[in-house]
Amino acid sequence: MSTELKLYQIDTFAVGNRLLDADRRTVQASTGRANGITSGHRACRGCGEALGARYVVDAALRAAEGNLVTVNSTGCLEVFSTPYPESAWQLPWLHSLFGNGPAVASGVAAALRAQGRSDVRVLAQAGDGGTVDIGFGCLSGMFERNDDVLFVCYDNQGYMNTGVQRSGATPPAARTANTKAIGPEPGNQFGQGKNAPLIAMAHEVPYVATATVADLHDLEAKVTKAMQYRGARYLHVLVPCPLGWAADPSQTIRLARLAKESGLFPVFEAEHGVVTSVSPIRQQEPVVEYLRLQGRFAHLLDGDGRPELVERIQAGADANIRRFGLLDRPDPTATGRRP
Amino acid sequence: MFEIRIHGRGGQGVVTAAELLSVAAFEEGRHAQAFPTFGSERMGAPVTSFCRIDDRPIRRREPVTHPDALVVQDPTLLHQIAVFEGFKEDGYLLVNTSRSFAELGIEEVTAGLQHACAVPATDLAREHLGKPLPNAALLGGLAALTGIVSIESVEAAIRGRFAGDTATRNASAARAAYDAVQGVVHA
Amino acid sequence: MREQIEGSQAVARAVGACRPQVIAAYPISPQTHIVEELSDLVRVGRLESEYLMVESEFGALSACIGSSAAGSRTYTATSSQGLLFMAEALFNASGLGLPIVMTVANRAIGAPINIWNDQSDSMAMRDSGWIQLYARSNQEAADVHVQAFKLAEELSLPVMVCMDGFVLTHAFEPVDVPDEVTVDAFLPPFQPRQLLHPDDPVTIGAMVGPEAFTEVKYLMHLTQRAALDAVPRIAGEFREAFGRESGGLVQRYRTGDADTVVVALGSVLGTAEEVADAMRDDGYAVGVLGIGCFRPWPDSEVRAVLANARRVVVLERAFSVGAGGIVGKDVRDALRGTDSVVYDVVAGLGGRPITGASLRRLLDDVAADRLDPTELHFLDLRTDVVSQELARGGAR
Repeated sequence: MSTELKLYQIDTFAVGNRLLDADRRTVQASTGRANGITSGHRACRGCGEALGARYVVDAALRAAEGNLVTVNSTGCLEVFSTPYPESAWQLPWLHSLFGNGPAVASGVAAALRAQGRSDVRVLAQAGDGGTVDIGFGCLSGMFERNDDVLFVCYDNQGYMNTGVQRSGATPPAARTANTKAIGPEPGNQFGQGKNAPLIAMAHEVPYVATATVADLHDLEAKVTKAMQYRGARYLHVLVPCPLGWAADPSQTIRLARLAKESGLFPVFEAEHGVVTSVSPIRQQEPVVEYLRLQGRFAHLLDGDGRPELVERIQAGADANIRRFGLLDRPDPTATGRRP
Repeated sequence: MFEIRIHGRGGQGVVTAAELLSVAAFEEGRHAQAFPTFGSERMGAPVTSFCRIDDRPIRRREPVTHPDALVVQDPTLLHQIAVFEGFKEDGYLLVNTSRSFAELGIEEVTAGLQHACAVPATDLAREHLGKPLPNAALLGGLAALTGIVSIESVEAAIRGRFAGDTATRNASAARAAYDAVQGVVHA
Repeated sequence: MREQIEGSQAVARAVGACRPQVIAAYPISPQTHIVEELSDLVRVGRLESEYLMVESEFGALSACIGSSAAGSRTYTATSSQGLLFMAEALFNASGLGLPIVMTVANRAIGAPINIWNDQSDSMAMRDSGWIQLYARSNQEAADVHVQAFKLAEELSLPVMVCMDGFVLTHAFEPVDVPDEVTVDAFLPPFQPRQLLHPDDPVTIGAMVGPEAFTEVKYLMHLTQRAALDAVPRIAGEFREAFGRESGGLVQRYRTGDADTVVVALGSVLGTAEEVADAMRDDGYAVGVLGIGCFRPWPDSEVRAVLANARRVVVLERAFSVGAGGIVGKDVRDALRGTDSVVYDVVAGLGGRPITGASLRRLLDDVAADRLDPTELHFLDLRTDVVSQELARGGAR
């Protein structure tokens, strides 16, 4: 791994932080980071998934001291990182199929155990389609058996690589190629969708967490913590997709932050089915601040818009806030400064 | 048969350009076929699209390897991919640029060509559409350069695809490029 | 009305004109534009249909099985990996005699993952008991879907309509999409042969042991073979209703006096015919036989066309790994006892275009006896890459 890395200090929200003790700095801040998914891949400008994968894989590699194998389901990540004859991966990497990532990862873990090589850890990576839809049966099986795999879902809320279609993770009212903003009920239906983290919790696996690409420290800490456990672990990472969300590529991190700060994407940890910690909202944002940055919600706000649908979305966010207590413990370090 | 190849990047409307061209030819009662090189969704990646126009039904379906006309929507591709592969000397070349061929470093190629033309399609698009989406303008330019379709058919195809303001603006961008290229061609 | 539109759109609108009551949709390149267009038609009220966005292709066909058994005209579309993911359900649907119509936008099968066109997907499922029809153009694709619903419901068997992914699905060309009024007259309302309904309970899908399983399968075979009569008849009825030739078991092009006939399926037929014309101009008696219906296999028709050809060049976009050609084997079977020499040529795998130039070179080689008919040939094989890999120990 001899890629020359260049680091740029741009903001206190960014990678690194000179004021922190060395042992509290992020993996990404280190020039010695593994760079598990290296540059040259073909992701779109502003791709949240590429960013998330980089953060997750490097943190997992550090936690595993380099002894890591990853299994990757079909989807954007796999496609843009391995255009034959090139590969961006600097660790052992196996492309499964679309629907069996969890099962293939379970198999890898079993083999390593059989060979007395349980020091080598297994990381499974998939998009939301491969996790909540087509991979769901296999995922449940992996959870149920408590196989020793850290499964990471990069959730960009749709089937993006095939041209932005609706998945079980697509939020209500969102426009996709097969839930267009036309007809009497524009966008994706309300009252559908799966909450994968809660489903993982229902399996009472050792560790479940959600995170976003907006908070690097938090994401890395969760990967590191997950790697300290054995058994089935699940990490759900929100990764905005500029193409699919019709957002400006420069807004990826902002969007992830707004998803959390609005309450639409609760950030928390759970162990054996019980929530153990919550990342509180620093400064609550009305959902409209998040929606208006995305073309996939434009029909809700353009012209007369659909204010009643925005209200329903806000109600969903408020319900999350109540359910997880996202405003119960206001962050004393909040400075009131917007990102 | 007249074969056109269009080079650009994902997000620049390369595929739509070929489709609209085929619709324009269809409107004139001719046979036309359009298709892109295919890939998974990715903004910014090189994309090539093809269009064939003929008075008889078109049977072949392979990529255009010897284009009669070449449209380069994104000049950054000129030295990145083999844009000129198979291009005939008497073919028509239209490049989206406000720079000269010398400045683009392709003078050696264009010097030997009979019909090479540059049009600042992105600038025209910004002016008429408010967005740097040059495909409609380039179609207007292509109509002027090759005469393979009329500007009226191009405008009709645009109006058939887009609605309201978008249609009008794209059509005027096409017309502006048409006029610009006509000016050069008939200078 | 003739329009310049994308193949997927043409197919979606033709399917819409057939009024399926239930559509199951799951995305996979390159069929996705079809189900997206259908979604739009339903959303704006132009098509009344239950549109189910399912969680996988297995879910898609499973939903179709349920829907068809409950008496609704049913449709879905898939490709490649998706077709294989529903493999168990494919056999289930045909075994239960459910008249589902499905588009297969032909695409290669991984590993290695490849999203481009070849016919390995539908060829891999040729034994599934589904009728397999192949379209050569977007006009034919649109037309054959309409015929497919009629065929499926008459025989009570599922039908897959195969069209080359990307090459046809994503091509813009003129199509006269069958209009609803004429389709309504052509396609009667769905009369299920079996129906899940409380008024008259039936048991669908009992367990059949050794005492009757053979007979069930034999009867299934007979039913599928009945399509050999039904396909041309329905194509004829289509011609009566819509005024054009589309579909049918086989399509002959200049085969009457041909010395050499190229056999192929799907979009490559256009290119093959162009090459045949050029060779005719150069004095070679070349013809082209298009297979429109691959399952059931129209052995008599194929034999009738090819028996007098000295040479038959079977061009296929798939092959049986470790064995050889797939269509080629069926062709040889049909030509048992004749003197025709059959060449098996695998071409266009994983989206590699089959060019007129390559095809011409191939046929020139055949004409000059430079091609060994006992070997399986791969058109445009990059021998440099192969040698390199073999030298590295790539082959076992």
